[in-house]
This record gives sequence, structure tokens and C-alpha cells, in this order.
Amino acid sequence: MKTTPDILDQIRAHGADAYPEEGCGFLLGTVTDDGDNRVAALHRATNRRSEQRTRRYELTADDYRAADAAAQEQGLDVVGVYHSHPDHPARPSATDLEEATFPGFTYVIVSVHDGAPEALTAWALAPDRSEFHREDIVRPDPEAP
Amino acid sequence: MPTTDTTTVTLRIPTPLRSATDGQATVEVEAETVDAALRTLVDQHPDLADNLYDEDDELRQFVNIYVGDDDVRFGEGVDTPLEPGDEVSIVPSIAGG
Repeated sequence: MKTTPDILDQIRAHGADAYPEEGCGFLLGTVTDDGDNRVAALHRATNRRSEQRTRRYELTADDYRAADAAAQEQGLDVVGVYHSHPDHPARPSATDLEEATFPGFTYVIVSVHDGAPEALTAWALAPDRSEFHREDIVRPDPEAP
Repeated sequence: MPTTDTTTVTLRIPTPLRSATDGQATVEVEAETVDAALRTLVDQHPDLADNLYDEDDELRQFVNIYVGDDDVRFGEGVDTPLEPGDEVSIVPSIAGG
């Protein structure tokens, strides 16, 4: 995933705001010719889980459509999602794997400990859905629009 | 006698699946129902099959289908009939822990 420190800080801030619950939202951007997701903006969303929001999150199809509309307005697409792990490490849980959606999205996880954001990681779902692979987080090329 | 009229609809493909549709964000197919539209799409772009359907050949739980602004789950599901010009969107819902 390619993105700026500012975007990463916005994800950390949402994780802190949502603590002790899980915060979540969408990554808006473009897909590079190399197939990398370049994240240019965020679309904050509400954790729709009716219970266990400290350890589960949910984004509905209507949330996706709202994020997609916001992306289109900015000339972008939905290229991934992010969520926080309150008092848990920044790596995909068994539930994250079981309930994962499409390979091709970038899945960002930020760990939040005692209300303070810590590690932030990015992941891609394997095409056979068997596991997540860690994605490098790099700055976009300076000449990119 | 069947008429020669055809029902051409537009399928909207979410970003991560466009690698299976040669980068196309929309695909036009001729189909009378949502199920036929999706099956035709998968016939044309077989790499979509595993992303849309599970081992029992049912739409995956997180795959939602909209015709216009209506989620077909609250109507006739994949049997929903289509009109020419309908827009059929593949929309993921997302969850985790």
C-alpha cells in the first residue's frame, strides 16, 4: 500500500477516538499499474455491530455504497478498509480471516493500547483466502497525482 | 414464441475484482434475472467465480447484490427480474474482529 503519513495518522486518530470499541472505515484511492493500492483519502464509518464492539466490527453494504459514492466524487475508488484492535496486536485475528471479503483490498489494522494508538500494519488476503500477507506501507511517488 | 428483444443490463464491479474483468468497472450482459446476469458475468470472467460463489455454489455471505438502489435480498433475491438498462451492483459487506 502506498500512502502518506497524514493518512496513517488519521487512521490512528480514529482508532483512539473509538477506543475501547473498534473503529472502522474505508480506504479511498487508486490502483497503480503494479496492482498496488494507493490510498489518497479515508471515509470514516460507524461500527455497525450491535454488540461486542470492543472486539468485533461490521460495515454494511449500504456503508460500502456510501463510501463508494464519496470516492467517486473525488475521482477515487474504494481500495480497502481499516479497523482498530483495542488492546490487541495489529495483526489479523482468526475472525478477520473467517469473515474477510475480497482479495485485492488492503486491510489496515491499528492497535490501540489504553486509548493510545500503537502499531499500524497493512495486509492483503491471499487469492485462495487461506491467509493474510503483510503489505509494505510506503510513501507514494512524489510525481504521482 | 420468444421475442427477439434482449435485456441488456450493466453490472458494476467493485475495485478489487476488476483484475478479473480486464480492469473494467462495468460489464454489460444480456440477462432476464439477477442470477442469469451474474452467471453470464462469471462465464465471461471465470476468475470471478471463487470471489462471488462459495463451495456450495451459493453467493458468498458478504456479497450483496443491488438492482439500482434496492438490495435484492429484501425482494426476490437472485430471481429478481431485470429490465433493460438496469444497473446491477456487486457490493461487499465487511466484518471482522
